[in-house]
Amino acid sequence: MVPSFTTRSALRLALIATAAVSMAACATKKPSYPTATVAPQTQPEPPRQPDRGVTQQTSPMNQSPTPGTERDFVVNVGDRVYFDFDSYTVRSDATALLDAQAAWLKRYPSVQVRIEGNCDEKGTREYNIALGARRANAVRDYLAAHGVESGRITTVSYGKEKPVDTGAGDEADQHNRNGHTAIVGGARMN
Amino acid sequence: MTPLRTLCRTLMLALACVLTAGLAAAPARAEIEVNVNRADVQPLPIALPAFGGGQVGADIASVIGANLQRSGLFRPLDPASFVEKNLNAAVQPRFADWKQINAQALVNGMVTVEGGRLKVDFRLWDVFSEQQLLGLQFTSSPENWRRVAHKISDAVYERLTGEKGYFDTRVVFVAESGGKGSKTKRLAIMDQDGANPSYLTNGSSIIMTPRFSSNSQEITYMELRPEGSSIYLLNLETARRESLGDFKGMVFAPRFSPDGAKVAFSVERGGNSDIFVMDLRSRTSSRLTADPSIDTSASFSPDGGRIVFNSDRSGSPQLYVMGADGSNPRRITFAAGRYTTPVWSPTGEFIAFTKQTGGEFHIGVMKADGTDERLLTSGNMDEGPAWAPNGRVLLFSRETGGGGSKLWSVDVTGRILQPMPYPGAGSDPAWSPLLN
Repeated sequence: MVPSFTTRSALRLALIATAAVSMAACATKKPSYPTATVAPQTQPEPPRQPDRGVTQQTSPMNQSPTPGTERDFVVNVGDRVYFDFDSYTVRSDATALLDAQAAWLKRYPSVQVRIEGNCDEKGTREYNIALGARRANAVRDYLAAHGVESGRITTVSYGKEKPVDTGAGDEADQHNRNGHTAIVGGARMN
Repeated sequence: MTPLRTLCRTLMLALACVLTAGLAAAPARAEIEVNVNRADVQPLPIALPAFGGGQVGADIASVIGANLQRSGLFRPLDPASFVEKNLNAAVQPRFADWKQINAQALVNGMVTVEGGRLKVDFRLWDVFSEQQLLGLQFTSSPENWRRVAHKISDAVYERLTGEKGYFDTRVVFVAESGGKGSKTKRLAIMDQDGANPSYLTNGSSIIMTPRFSSNSQEITYMELRPEGSSIYLLNLETARRESLGDFKGMVFAPRFSPDGAKVAFSVERGGNSDIFVMDLRSRTSSRLTADPSIDTSASFSPDGGRIVFNSDRSGSPQLYVMGADGSNPRRITFAAGRYTTPVWSPTGEFIAFTKQTGGEFHIGVMKADGTDERLLTSGNMDEGPAWAPNGRVLLFSRETGGGGSKLWSVDVTGRILQPMPYPGAGSDPAWSPLLN
């Protein structure tokens, strides 16, 4: 199964992720030391803290994002491409989305991005840092080859430290093998 | 075979204990001994009555008993079964009373406080040969009573197994909290028995892969932030923390050389990861691998001459050994499966690793040349082995379906698999050398 990133499926994935996070929060036993409380949510999550490096946002259904904003990029272009197991080859089903990312970034030349490489749990932590770095660089190289100045792009690998899908199994693993294009500056605010 | 003779054989009491028991004459060299190399060894029954001197005396005996029990080589006997009560540490125990409950060894002791100092005298007895095997005294500040108990545990373990103990040690690890996907991962440290846990970082960034120096109270670890990663050196005695330096690209997988003078680590440039080594005195680093594959997880042999590492240059992650200068890399794993996180044992004999095969993760050990592979664990997610300083026990991270990651240990025979006595979620454990 190949996730396609139309607006609707992006929203659906985001909502599923939100529900999964909420359920995980309910099911998790209370840690033995203080942590921030996570309240179960039924509404779409508010935009997350920028320093968490995950920009999975939802927008009200009746309002289309303003062009040039981060939300425009996430909803109308798509900010994540997926990889095969232990692979960093850009898949053929990812090129259309990366072409659209490159076009969008050329249209808004002040935008700076960070490509975050992510891995599933089916690898050890150190190896996955290396694998995630390969994925991030594969996306960076693709965007640079399609006209985005490489000086606007930084890369980082999160290995398997920041799974976007908190479930388990093949589908969660596929979601977590990704390159995430995070806008870190220069986009219109709203 | 009678139970007694079986016990004697497995514990390597040899014929001496039978003779001693039968003839009631102490031979010159009758000694109990625990063979740590046997996978089928029965734990040695040992009696640990509360030390004299009040509650702290009882607490010390209890900590020693828990340490020895967790090693899997000893079976502390139930104090309710003891015939002789209120032992005087200055007087020989009534051996007949201890033989009656089949205690092979007996540890008794006395705690006193003099001038604000805690003084602990203890003796280790071979019950059946009626011999004193150890008589030692430790002094410390009263709040350090647990460390005294760990030192006594080490002394007993060493006397009866012939190998150094590992109880007066600490474990550095990553303490995890929060939901999957947004976990806080803090650097933390605790005693090897789970006591005295404390955090060394505040959780504002993700901490990974802390490792102890094998000869000092110094650790190296990786910090992961959206802007990239850093490797830090942290001296636990001075609390001084310094960065290994600024590098272009990700830096990760740090590990000390056995003399503590160097750190091997991985540097990623343009997506390619290679192994480097930095001399900590001169602060110069040199590149050890230059392959377009992933090269990471370097670990030195205990003589410092070789490095085992993880590379996918063959197409899948496998283990390789090269000279410490990067010379002659040679593949040592050829079986089906994915091999990662190799760690050379402190004795040099073994390499521990994580292996993925058949949809499972395993912690395993093999000889340093890659032969005689033995898988010690199987799990949904077992990874990151770390050796006890005596090379007998491995710590690792285990994540079971749905639960968070927990710290576990397994002995090198694979017989004694158990969770660490730490209730929280944790990963990436690393063992300290014996404390001074």
